[in-house]
Amino acid sequence: MIMNEKIIEVKNLSKHFGQVLAVKDISFEVKRSEIFAFLGPNGAGKTTTIKMFITLLAPTSGDATISGYSVIHHPAEVRKVIGYVPQMISVDGALTVQENLMLMAHLYDVPYRERNERIQQMLAFLNLEKYAQSLVRTLSGGMIRKLEVGQAMLHHPHLLFLDEPTTGLDPIAKRNIWEHLAELRDTFGTTIFFSTHNMEEAEETCDRVAIMNDGEIAVIGSVSELKDKTNKKDATLEDAFIFFAGNSLEPGGNFHDIKQTRQTHHRLG
Amino acid sequence: MLNYILQLIIKTWVMAEMEIRKLLHDPTELITRAIQPILWLGIFGEAMSKIRAIPTQGVTYLQFITPGILTQSITFVSIFYGLAIIWERDMGLLQKILVTPTPRLALVWGKMISAGIRGLSQAVIIFLFTLILQIHLRITLFSILGVVIITMLGASFFTGLSMIIASIVKTRERFMGIGQIITLPLFFASNAIYPISIMPSWLQVVANANPLSYMVDGLRALLVTGDVSRLPFDIVILVIVTFAISFLSAYMYPKVAV
Repeated sequence: MIMNEKIIEVKNLSKHFGQVLAVKDISFEVKRSEIFAFLGPNGAGKTTTIKMFITLLAPTSGDATISGYSVIHHPAEVRKVIGYVPQMISVDGALTVQENLMLMAHLYDVPYRERNERIQQMLAFLNLEKYAQSLVRTLSGGMIRKLEVGQAMLHHPHLLFLDEPTTGLDPIAKRNIWEHLAELRDTFGTTIFFSTHNMEEAEETCDRVAIMNDGEIAVIGSVSELKDKTNKKDATLEDAFIFFAGNSLEPGGNFHDIKQTRQTHHRLG
Repeated sequence: MLNYILQLIIKTWVMAEMEIRKLLHDPTELITRAIQPILWLGIFGEAMSKIRAIPTQGVTYLQFITPGILTQSITFVSIFYGLAIIWERDMGLLQKILVTPTPRLALVWGKMISAGIRGLSQAVIIFLFTLILQIHLRITLFSILGVVIITMLGASFFTGLSMIIASIVKTRERFMGIGQIITLPLFFASNAIYPISIMPSWLQVVANANPLSYMVDGLRALLVTGDVSRLPFDIVILVIVTFAISFLSAYMYPKVAV
């Protein structure tokens, strides 16, 4: 394992879809053990960027290294050190809580001897012990999200990617998820990289923020730095967001994005 | 290389095991899926056997079509797996599996094994129904073993095919349409409910290129005629097409996720 202060290093990363430039030559860094928020309007290129980080999509040019491994040259190594929680519900409702954890423990090569112990620890950590044998489709939205985070953490990854982790959750469940994420960071030093549309959430939780707009990183820094740059008194992160990503794109995202988001809302709701 | 093969075997089994657990949690699906083959045998088969218009090589018509109906049932169960892949993509489950250190082929083989097990459950239900209809089948240790092998291979082939279709069409709506367009012609352009010899010559070409025909041929030899001289050939064909399609499928299905 290469110990490096920078867990993500992005160098001139670009992605084209035919003639469309989804990500335009971006470069930035994420430090180890920080909570990093990735903001931007729908269609700004956030999802494309994350997909390149988690090795689902090959970059057109440039490179990104995750914990020292290039996503282009060593995708298999990258997969071992990351965890990913998609925006949509990614647990299998027809399996029990324990089975869902067992599946991921196997797929992430958690050593045979430690498997049961880690699953028990995770169940305890997430307060889901009582539900170990329940089918996941009988759980509440907040419990499902917790389980998804737990699935992605069984192999103690260096870096956890979360795509809109609290979309569709009520405020109590939301707070609960964040308490768990902060505890994970404090216990294991896990870097947390998440995308969100919720400015208050980002403001409350993250160490640093990047705002992406039209395929480029519009601005990056701590929340207070971003607020200062708006030159506005008592600016909120939302003001900063509008300042940097304001009137660029058709608001509201495309049909597909909206459909997915609303379905997720519905299922978690 | 050795490490890859080990990973492939272990993770194929994990994927298959989870699919089997899902079936055990809720087996109602197996029963509802058995309704269609029962209708084919009980209504279509009974009616057609009264007409005696189809040459069946010295066996009753019901005996003749039982392997055909079993094959159809296995095929229809397997074709559903492409839809499952799209569904899992829409959920995010597929992406989550794809970003783990799991060989791409393991997911394909895992789904194939679980389709095979679903297919076997269909075989058991259809067999019980043949007892009620008093359709005489050859049940020996050898024929049971042969049926298991052909069912696993055939189910695997059509699972692989449906995953390839899914990776081309990408949405549930389109898949449903294509699934309908493909399954019925595959069934009719085979020796499932009539022999290839009575088909027009162009259709004979199609039927001979149709893996479904080799499944039916093998199952019919084992369960009805007892003439197993062509059985090794049927099995070799099925092994080749199944392996070929599993590699193609492993190459193509990750594209559904992006």
